[in-house]
Amino acid sequence: MTRNAQGSPFAPHTDAETAAMLAAVGVDDEEDLFDIPEGVRFDGEFDIPAHSERAVRRSVRGTLAENDDLTEFLGRGHYAHYVPSLVDDIARRQEFLTSYTQYQPEVAQGFLQALFEYQSVLVELTGLDVANCSMYDAATALGEAATLSQRVRSVSGDRVLVPDRLREGKRAVLDQYARGPGLSVETYPTVEGTVDVAGLQEAVDEDVAMVYAESPAVTGCIEERLDAVGDVAAANDALFVLGSDPVALALLERPADVGADVVVGEASVLGLGTAYGMGMGMFVTREEYLRQVPGRLVGAGEDATGRRAYTLTLQTREQHIRKERATSNICTNQAWLALRAAIHAALLGPDGLVELAEECVRLPRDLAARLDDIDGVRAPTFDRHHFREFQAHTDQPATAVADDLADAGYAVHVVGDHRLQVCVTDANAPAVDGFVAAVEEVA
Amino acid sequence: MPDDERPGADDATTFDQARWTDDGAYEPLLSEKDLTEVQVGATGGDGDGSEDHDGTGTASPGVGEEDDESGGPLPDELTRDSLELPALAEPQLARHYSRLSEMNYGVESGPFPLGSCTMKYNPKFTEDLAARPEAAVHPDRPAKSVQGVLAVMYALQDYLGRIGGMDAVTLQPPAGAAGEFTGIQIARAYHEATGEDRSEVVVPASAHGTNFATAAMAGFDVVELPGDEDGRVDLAALESAVGPDTAALMLTNPNTLGLFERDIEAIAETVHDAGGLLYYDGANLNALLGRARPGDMGFDVMHYNVHKTFATPHGGGGPGAGPVGVTDELADFLPTPQVRRVSDDEHGEYELFEPAESIGKVHGFRGNWLVLLKAYAYIARLGDAGLADAGAKAVLNANYLASRLDYEVPYGPFHHEFVASAGEQDAADAAKRMLDYGVHPPTTKWPEIVGEALMTEPTEVESRSSLDDLAAAFNAVAREADETLANAPERTAARRIDQVGAARELRLSWRDLSE
Repeated sequence: MTRNAQGSPFAPHTDAETAAMLAAVGVDDEEDLFDIPEGVRFDGEFDIPAHSERAVRRSVRGTLAENDDLTEFLGRGHYAHYVPSLVDDIARRQEFLTSYTQYQPEVAQGFLQALFEYQSVLVELTGLDVANCSMYDAATALGEAATLSQRVRSVSGDRVLVPDRLREGKRAVLDQYARGPGLSVETYPTVEGTVDVAGLQEAVDEDVAMVYAESPAVTGCIEERLDAVGDVAAANDALFVLGSDPVALALLERPADVGADVVVGEASVLGLGTAYGMGMGMFVTREEYLRQVPGRLVGAGEDATGRRAYTLTLQTREQHIRKERATSNICTNQAWLALRAAIHAALLGPDGLVELAEECVRLPRDLAARLDDIDGVRAPTFDRHHFREFQAHTDQPATAVADDLADAGYAVHVVGDHRLQVCVTDANAPAVDGFVAAVEEVA
Repeated sequence: MPDDERPGADDATTFDQARWTDDGAYEPLLSEKDLTEVQVGATGGDGDGSEDHDGTGTASPGVGEEDDESGGPLPDELTRDSLELPALAEPQLARHYSRLSEMNYGVESGPFPLGSCTMKYNPKFTEDLAARPEAAVHPDRPAKSVQGVLAVMYALQDYLGRIGGMDAVTLQPPAGAAGEFTGIQIARAYHEATGEDRSEVVVPASAHGTNFATAAMAGFDVVELPGDEDGRVDLAALESAVGPDTAALMLTNPNTLGLFERDIEAIAETVHDAGGLLYYDGANLNALLGRARPGDMGFDVMHYNVHKTFATPHGGGGPGAGPVGVTDELADFLPTPQVRRVSDDEHGEYELFEPAESIGKVHGFRGNWLVLLKAYAYIARLGDAGLADAGAKAVLNANYLASRLDYEVPYGPFHHEFVASAGEQDAADAAKRMLDYGVHPPTTKWPEIVGEALMTEPTEVESRSSLDDLAAAFNAVAREADETLANAPERTAARRIDQVGAARELRLSWRDLSE
């Protein structure tokens, strides 16, 4: 058996097989199979050399090693929690990793059931009725929520209100989604890192289609007046869209109890860890908006034996059936990350999830108190309960402090001339003592 | 059933998928194995806060024991009352998910010729690289401290530019449809910048559904372009479809029938003469690797599906990535930030920058980084020769398979995929029957130009013998009676699922099942 050494290592053809197949097709040469006019044929080279597997591994590892080895106290929308080994082990099984969207549910029951269980966990966490099986990330999920507001009959108007402290990247994505339907994205004020309800009341009118609030907010502050935000939205026939995440929701008020119509956010806080911003968006809503939901939904039905079986359902909302009248253009989503989140949630169980969430309140509280004891640092900046992260004042310029901390091996956010943001979870908690010592040194 | 109607009577492979059944269901839900309710907050810290609802789970130790005054760290009014989820031990969960995986068909299970999806083998070493701890960095790190990530991103931008014949590439779009959305927003920004108000996007009738949905989502009117009788773009119809309102034509080449749009130069000229841009849907790029480039055909903007062409895993539906390439003229409109190389800079060799007229962002951070890393590794592994061979073998495999089929394949010459017709049979039923032969069936009933369509894309990873198996499966099904097809599949984990019933009586979570 000779395989063309110059060919793709993932094409199994021997030279003899290739010749026999060409003969069976009735051509002399592979090139004869291409019906490409002369004028657009490419006869150049990409100048991309081929490598052995080992050489690529060595080279990529070498390149990645150029990243500074810093212990990150970073959050602001992208978080790390310890991911148990079982998540990696199960998720890498080829049956899960290499399959695709479950167009043939009879051979895809495993993934469909895992996604059904993922949806179910989000339903329990939010108290709402319908979770889809993922969006790209929290920002695109928010964008989709804004477009949903335009398809809901009980909602009128084209203004979308978001907090003035929305993370920039999230805001930019929302603006992108708002462009097509012609939505006007505007801000309402926050005070001490959370919603200024009076300010929101002033900003709102009957043209508002959606009010967005977050808990925890990007500042790490836990929102204390969510029910008031829900009341303002409801009084103006606007959707109340709440941003959160599945760890925070294990502890904080149930979205259904504060009047949320849609819950979006970063569900990759479970199962993924730090991935340079790669994430997985959750999208959960009320049953009344079911037919306007973007993305895929897994439902339980029956097979020919009468046994319960799972299938993608309400596909008439989706692009491959409804084309330009679809609820979204999304096709490929983040299903594998939903699987990972579901496994992680199952491993934690209800106790573990609540304990993790409580740790996400205690750790920043304790760290802020320790930083506050340091001369030249005041923390936390906002007089609120915090989740995972908080802001801190530094007498010295914040960039100088952050640079010095980087030299000492730690990464923090700079969010103002004299303000840092610091994130602490179970993932980096073991490094807290060293971090506090470093801040003491440089602040 | 007579023997000659059973799978296995022919030369076709047969298949029995693992199937766990228990009390009217297959593998029970986690919630049927255990549901434990824990109390949250101040009352939850006494150790008696949890209640095991079916007695099979582990008892809960309660939460928040280290708080002195109260159970939890937050005042009651900020917390939920309770949380009810399965509480199972790791061995139970490992078995649960292993069983689920056995009830799922992947690329390593057998042929997966799902048309327009390019279900290639996904190399293992790319997974190992994506799992490297050095790759796990936060996106808010300053550029100078993540030079390794930026170097990979820069190199991938560069590779993709060369492969597509494009001048600049963004890696931010997290999927093909997101790439389309990015490209169409770039087209909008370009026209706005040149003072043009263009409201229409032209899409061939045979295009992927995402094209129509993308144009609508970006606020454009969709003009559907009928095909000609050969299955390609009808130039006369195109002439009359484009005009001063045309923002762009979205085109897949080879198209969904696997046919190369031979008139691509005339198509490009027509669209450009009307002032529109030409958008390339990269779903079928695998067919052209090393033989033709969208940039050379006159396309102004394109997306790449790295989970198709560059073998990153499909993950049961994602994540993929949909980088977008553009010509120089459109480079200033790309999403922010872009990666560029700088020389002699004390802060490092690579930096992030915002293109001058950037459309903004299409992902909260930088896209699906770990997927991009895998795509980079795949391209670096194959190089020029491997990529060109991948394209050639993908096209050879499609042609070889088609030549072995009893079903009619009405349009040609096709490239990496073809659309067979199930003829008098129902294509969806034929597909269900194919499952019994251990192969994943083609995409069915689409494109609609072929009656009872079986859209088939074997990719380069199938050997001659697995293509023979696949052909045997097609041919066995082609000979079978409608009744056999209607009762299929028989050997899969679940039998035929009642889609209509599932949609009529919606049950979307385990809560719905208990009601």
